[in-house]
Amino acid sequence: MYQWVSLISLWAIPITIAFVLLYGWRKQVPVYETFVDGAKGGLTTTIRILPHLIAMMVAVTMFRESGALELLLKMIRPALDFLHFPEELVPLALLRPLTGTGSLAIATDLIAQYGPDSFLGRLAATMQGSTDTTLYVLTVYFGAVGIRNSSYALKVGLWSDLAGVIFSLLIVTYVFS
Amino acid sequence: MLNIIWLALIVISIVVAAINGRMEVINQAAFEGAKTGVTVCFGLLSILAFWMGLMRIAEKSGLLELLARALSPIISLLFPDVPKGHPAIGYILSNMSANLLGLGNAATPMGLKAMEELQKLNANKQVASPAMCTLLAINTASITIIPTTMIAIRMQYGSVNPVEIVGTTLLSSFGATIVALLIDRWYRYRHSRRHR
Repeated sequence: MYQWVSLISLWAIPITIAFVLLYGWRKQVPVYETFVDGAKGGLTTTIRILPHLIAMMVAVTMFRESGALELLLKMIRPALDFLHFPEELVPLALLRPLTGTGSLAIATDLIAQYGPDSFLGRLAATMQGSTDTTLYVLTVYFGAVGIRNSSYALKVGLWSDLAGVIFSLLIVTYVFS
Repeated sequence: MLNIIWLALIVISIVVAAINGRMEVINQAAFEGAKTGVTVCFGLLSILAFWMGLMRIAEKSGLLELLARALSPIISLLFPDVPKGHPAIGYILSNMSANLLGLGNAATPMGLKAMEELQKLNANKQVASPAMCTLLAINTASITIIPTTMIAIRMQYGSVNPVEIVGTTLLSSFGATIVALLIDRWYRYRHSRRHR
């Protein structure tokens, strides 16, 4: 199973690249010029995203470093105890929608501290894998096309992150204990 | 919504830092955060340029259209307001499949192209359309078959069986996606009733 999965991870991208290029070549697309033309779009998109990303990163870093995150954790502790949610994983669950690299750092730290095959280690890995950086995705995706009013998208994203956290807890508890 | 969140994050941070007497942290965090923003963005640049280049070939050769036509029943169920055979469908599909394989970085350029196409269909260019919200919902919950990064980290810390979290991740992300789509449907329904 493991070998099969790692084989797919290894081959997925090279096969995609080769297939797209060969298919384009067969359809008489000038592959090099077309690639360069498309890649140019990547440059303009990056420049459009940059200000949005800077704004969001400043806010998130300030929130974490000022101790506001800690304070928030303290405030919601009674609710966590009530739900039997492991306290060690709260920073991960809270930071996940805000910062991908930040939550990855926390997940790695948890795995290092408690061991990859502990309950907390498995839960951290599953949680990190089944939720996403909602605020980042929203900033990047909507920033790139100039959307100012995100409508109800943020609410849906945050609810689905919460669903991912709850499902992770339930499924990891069920499977590994 | 984003306005309020952003403002709240910053104001609360400054107030908390003031109470804790840690104002110097705020100065540092602001510039540190801005720097991270730039670093992340330039990290994105290489990946974006590469995949967008490749995607342009797929688009020009008709590969995207082929993919879109094959899977259009699923898409027209999820995105009822995108016309059949519209280029957005191809990009949405490639975004979804890159997410499925846990290729987070490769998924972003496809998602951005999909957003651009959806923006062309959008009546009010400032406000996200329901289709854009659905695409975002799929991206944030995103079913993951292979959580590549997590497997790598588990290997690094000497796990006996690094891939044993594949099943739990698949199940819980599948559950989260179903929930996300249901909530999206509910908001979409409320939204369309209010704007009739």
